[in-house]
Amino acid sequence: MKEALAPALYGLMAEFDSSTDLVVATQAAYDAGYRKMDAYSPFPIEEASDALGFHKTRVPLIVLCGGLFGGLGAYGLQYWINCISYPLNIGGRPWHSWPAFIVPTFEMTVLFGGLAGVFGMFALNGLPLPHHPVFNVERFSAVTRDKFFLVVEAADPKFDLVETHEFMQSLNPTSISEVPH
Amino acid sequence: MAEQIPQEHKLTTLEVLTLPGEYPVVAPGETFDSVTDTIADAVLKRPIGLGWLGGFLFAGFWVMILLIAVTYLFFRGVGIFGIMIPVAWGFCIINFVWWIGIGHAGTLISAILLLLKQSWRNSINRFAEAMTLFAVACAGMFPILHLGRPWLAYWLFPYPSSMGVWPQFRSPLVWDVFAVSTYATISAVFWYVGLVPDLATMREKAKHPLTKKLYGILALGWRGSARHWKRYESVYLLLAGLATPLVLSVHTVVSFDFAIAIVPGWHTTIFPPYFVAGAIYSGFAMVLVLAIPIRKYYHLENLITRRHLENSAKVMLATGLIVAYGYFFETFVGLYAGSTYERFMLQNRWFGTYAPLYWALIVCNIAIPQLLWIPKLRKNIGFLFVISLDILIGMWLERFVIIITSLSRDFLPSSWGVYVPTRWDWAVLLGTVGFFSACMYLFIRIMPSISIFEMRTLLPEAEVAEVHAK
Repeated sequence: MKEALAPALYGLMAEFDSSTDLVVATQAAYDAGYRKMDAYSPFPIEEASDALGFHKTRVPLIVLCGGLFGGLGAYGLQYWINCISYPLNIGGRPWHSWPAFIVPTFEMTVLFGGLAGVFGMFALNGLPLPHHPVFNVERFSAVTRDKFFLVVEAADPKFDLVETHEFMQSLNPTSISEVPH
Repeated sequence: MAEQIPQEHKLTTLEVLTLPGEYPVVAPGETFDSVTDTIADAVLKRPIGLGWLGGFLFAGFWVMILLIAVTYLFFRGVGIFGIMIPVAWGFCIINFVWWIGIGHAGTLISAILLLLKQSWRNSINRFAEAMTLFAVACAGMFPILHLGRPWLAYWLFPYPSSMGVWPQFRSPLVWDVFAVSTYATISAVFWYVGLVPDLATMREKAKHPLTKKLYGILALGWRGSARHWKRYESVYLLLAGLATPLVLSVHTVVSFDFAIAIVPGWHTTIFPPYFVAGAIYSGFAMVLVLAIPIRKYYHLENLITRRHLENSAKVMLATGLIVAYGYFFETFVGLYAGSTYERFMLQNRWFGTYAPLYWALIVCNIAIPQLLWIPKLRKNIGFLFVISLDILIGMWLERFVIIITSLSRDFLPSSWGVYVPTRWDWAVLLGTVGFFSACMYLFIRIMPSISIFEMRTLLPEAEVAEVHAK
C-alpha cells in the first residue's frame, strides 16, 4: 500500500496556527535534513525563508541588468538618432548634447529595470501557474487568510511517508494532510 | 544553526506605532480574520447600494460628456477650445499638469513612505495607487487631445518610420513622452504586483464560480510560498526604490516644459522643486477627498484611522508651505532680477485681466490651509474634506495662472490676447473628473481597496517570537 501511494504523493503538509510555529517547524525540518520543502504563509515572513536556507534571490541582479540595458539602450538610441541618422541643428547646440539625453536615459533605466524585475520575479517563482498540487488539499485555501503550512515533498531524498509523518507530528501542527498530485 | 538573538523585549509593530497621544494605525482587537473579512467583504458580500449606483451613474454621465466632447474634437479640431495665438496652451495643459500632480501622492505613499518604513501607509497605499493610475490616465489624455491630429500621437515615439524622421531629443516635450509613459507603466505594474497576493485571497473567498475564476486568473496561481514571498518582497522594495526618483523626475520634467521656455514667469529654476511639492500637495488633498467617504461608507474606520487623516493633513501643511515659498520666491526674483518683462508679469498677475484668479489662488493655497496648524481643526474630518477640496481648486488655479497669465501678455503688446475657455474646455475638464470618479467607483467594488496582506503584517499576531535559540 505504501509503495502504491508513494509515487502519487506530492508530499506531506502540516498546518500551523501562528507564524512562530511555522518558523520553528521549518527550522526543525531543515535541521533534520529535509531540503525539498516549502513554507506557506498569508503574508511575507522573512524568518521563514531564512529557515528554509533560502537567503539570496537573483531579483536584484535582474533589475540591474534590465536597468543597464534600458539606460544604455536609450542613450545609444538618442546618440544614433540625433548624431548619425537624423542630425538636427537646434539653437546651434552640439549634435551630441548629452545633458538633454539624460532625461529619456533615466526614464528608460527605470522602465526596463522595473519591468525586468517584475517579469523576472514571476519567472523565478514559476508564476503564472494555474494549478499546483498543494491546492489539492482543501484546508490549504486558508493560506490566503490566517493559516500557515509546511510542505515536505515526496521528492526529497530523506522523505519516507511513515517517518516524515512521525517527524511532522513532533512539530505540534494542528493537522497533517497528504498532498496528492 | 540557531542564531543567538538577544532575549530582551522587542516592541511589536503595533506598540511602536501606538505612540502616546496618537491614534493607532490599526484599531486594537483586529485579527487576521477580521482584517481579511472587513476588506474583502466590502467587495464580495456587500450588495450594490443606491448610493454607489447613483454616484456611479452620475460619474458615468460625465464620461458620456467627455466622449461627446472628444468625438466633436476629433471631428472639428482644436478650434473648438478657447485656445488662440498667443495663448496656445489652454485647459488641456492646465488639466494635464493638475491631474499628473494629483497622481504623485499615490506614488509618494506607496514608494517613498515604504522606503522610509512608515508602515501606517499600508492601509491607504492601495487606493492611493489606484488614484495615481486613474489620474495619470486622465492626465495622459490631454497632451494627445491637444495635438491637433491625435491619431498621429505615435509620431512622438522613436520608431523607424518610412519617412526617415526621428524625434528631437533636446525638447522637453519629448522628455514628457518618456517620463509620463514610464510613470504610467511603472505605476500600473507596482499596483498590480501589490494586488497579486490579495487577489489570491479573493480567489479563495469568492463564492460564485465565475468570480472565483476571474480572480484566480489575475492571482496567477499565487500560493504564498516563502521563496515566492522573498523574491516578491525584494522586487517590491526595488520597485519602490525605482519609483521614488521616477516620481520626482516626472513632475520635474513637466516643469521643464515651462522652465526651459523663455516666457516671463516660466523661465525660472525654482520650478522643479516647487512643482513637485505642489503635486504632492494636491495629491494628498485628493487622497483625503477619497479616503474620507470610502472609510465611512465601507466601515473601514478601524483600518483607515484618524491617524492617517491627520498625517495626510500634516503632509499637506508641509508641502503647502513649500508651495508658498515657491510663490514668494517667484515674486522676489521677479522684482529683484531687474528684468522688465518679469516685473511686468508680476504686475499683470496682481492687477491684470486674471488678477482675481491669482488672489483666489493665494487664498485657496496659502491662506486657508494655515488653519491646519490648529490641532482641533486638523482632527475634524468634515473640515479636512472641505479644505482638501479647497486645495484641489487652488492647485488647479495655480496652473491656470502660470499658463494663461504668462502667455496672454508676452513680450510684444501687439500680440497680446485674452483667453476665454469655451464650453468644450469645461466639458473635457469635468468629463475627466467624471472618468476619474467612475474608475474609482469601479475599483472599490472590484478590487480590495486596502492591501489585505500588508494589513496582516501590522497586527501584533504577525510578529515571529524569538524562539530560534533552542
